[in-house]
Amino acid sequence: MAVKARSQSAKSPDIPAVPVSSDLEVRIRKRYPNPEGTFSVNVHFRALAGFTVIFGASGAGKTTLLDCIAGVTKPDEGRIFVGGEELFDSEKKRNLPAWERRVGYVQQDLALFPHLTAEENVAYGLRGLSGAEKNYRSGEIMSRFRIDRLRDRKPSQISGGERQRVALARALILEPRVLLLDEPLAALDRPAKSSLVNDLRKWNQNHRIPILFVTHNGEEVFALGNEVIILDSGKIAAQGLPHEVMRAPRLETIAQLSGFENIFDATVVALHETRGTLTCRLGKSEVELETPLVRADTGTRLRVGMRAGDLLLATEKPQGLSARNILSGTIQRIEQRDVIISAAVDCGGVEFEVHLTLAARDFLNLAPGKQVWVVGKTHSCHLMGI
Amino acid sequence: MNWEAFWLTVRLAAIVSGLLVVIGIPVAYWLTFSRWRWKFLVEAAVSLPIVLPPTVLGFYVLVALGSRSPIGRWWESATGHTLAFTFPGLVIGSLLYSLPFAIQPFASSFGAVDRRLLQASASLGDGPRQTFFRIIVPLSKGGLIAGFALSFAHTLGEFGVVLMVGGNIPGVTRTISIDIFDQVQTGNYSSANQTAMILLVISFAVLSLVYGLNRRPWAAGPWR
Repeated sequence: MAVKARSQSAKSPDIPAVPVSSDLEVRIRKRYPNPEGTFSVNVHFRALAGFTVIFGASGAGKTTLLDCIAGVTKPDEGRIFVGGEELFDSEKKRNLPAWERRVGYVQQDLALFPHLTAEENVAYGLRGLSGAEKNYRSGEIMSRFRIDRLRDRKPSQISGGERQRVALARALILEPRVLLLDEPLAALDRPAKSSLVNDLRKWNQNHRIPILFVTHNGEEVFALGNEVIILDSGKIAAQGLPHEVMRAPRLETIAQLSGFENIFDATVVALHETRGTLTCRLGKSEVELETPLVRADTGTRLRVGMRAGDLLLATEKPQGLSARNILSGTIQRIEQRDVIISAAVDCGGVEFEVHLTLAARDFLNLAPGKQVWVVGKTHSCHLMGI
Repeated sequence: MNWEAFWLTVRLAAIVSGLLVVIGIPVAYWLTFSRWRWKFLVEAAVSLPIVLPPTVLGFYVLVALGSRSPIGRWWESATGHTLAFTFPGLVIGSLLYSLPFAIQPFASSFGAVDRRLLQASASLGDGPRQTFFRIIVPLSKGGLIAGFALSFAHTLGEFGVVLMVGGNIPGVTRTISIDIFDQVQTGNYSSANQTAMILLVISFAVLSLVYGLNRRPWAAGPWR
């Protein structure tokens, strides 16, 4: 059935494909080995048209999940549906082979065919067409992805970002029902990233299919918007809009991935129900932080995550400030990373990492040994269970 | 110089290495991609001719082709004469003898093709058959040529199996290596030297071709 559908759409290029609902529903279990032992991907989710970001550390099972959907790996059990068609059902012993699934898959290493030119790579999946028709189609999509000048080059002769675009065009030219992208931006610099994402978004406006976008980079999660699924050791730890999932993480792995430079063990010392906050003490120190109220009892142990960029430094004790956490400390080290200044500040035995601009460092004459105050809002403190 | 023996040998080597491409490719494909748990037994059996003395191999082939075996009887009833000590019998013996020299390069070049490329081909709509011809074969060109050339060269120089299975019948089963042996036996050293030199030069040329083709800078050349 899938083959028939493809050859039809391939032979009638002028008639736009009928917009079919191509929601993806996945409910599978699959054991997979990784360097730390055998894990099991065990997930159930639905992805609608548009971007769904799958976010997780390396070894979380992201690639195994995509392999199962593409059909290059067989799940141990479960079902996979696309737009109402069954791709896999372990109970019915149905397993549509990868070449009949019409699932576009851009693998992490791209897997461009080294013996073919960029154009031959792009046109690889077109079949049942005349040579002229193939040229026309591959030319069209290559110019849309701005790689038409690379037609006759081999993959080894083009840059990383261009290879990425070739792999993407090769998958999209077949008008797949689902697109799977495994870390497609990992090798790109920032401008190349946003230009590729823009081109992909534009394409997605005319082709309303689900795009599963795998990444381990927290920034990309925010940049792509839409839905995010957080995968941790093969299981879905959270799902929702990026700011919901990423700003209030429930798992420490997410916190580290999502960019909390400061993560502390803490113990709840007081609850302030009427104020909507609680006070907790960091580690074995005397340092206390006021954080948003969560369901917890005095004595509960938890972790606090704070982004270095959410903290302020002051050289005099601030007055009349809404921020509830003002801690005095001493600068231990100052490092410059590109245009960001990272200051390590010791506050009574707890070290905070604070990110500042170059201008702020020079204006405040910050240097190791200097006495400062670290300032953090209550809502910059993110609580995580242990 | 015995040109009759020379052309007989070249004909034998060409037929054997040609047949080995046809037989060896599916066997090598199966050895590379099968997940059968007893596959290693087949791998060991295929490689036996590398370590067995040619006389052992030749002996069993002779027994298998003889008029007491089912194959030998079938051939006799079909053609009216025995398979042993004939050119077809020699082809069968040489096929077995040179089998690993074709299959091992085939299988190792198939195995060297990145699995991710095969998966990519599948997700672009190609079944295993199309993937084999569009991805595996072009990327295994070096191994396919090496397997063909090595089995050709190996068949050129075989001695033990030929003697056991084919005997020494001029124009039918007398190959160059046996001819050289005969010439040495009769004290005709200068003729033996000529023939031996030709065999040496051809073998060197074939092996140079194999290693030359697999040279890295060329392997990335425009004709690949």
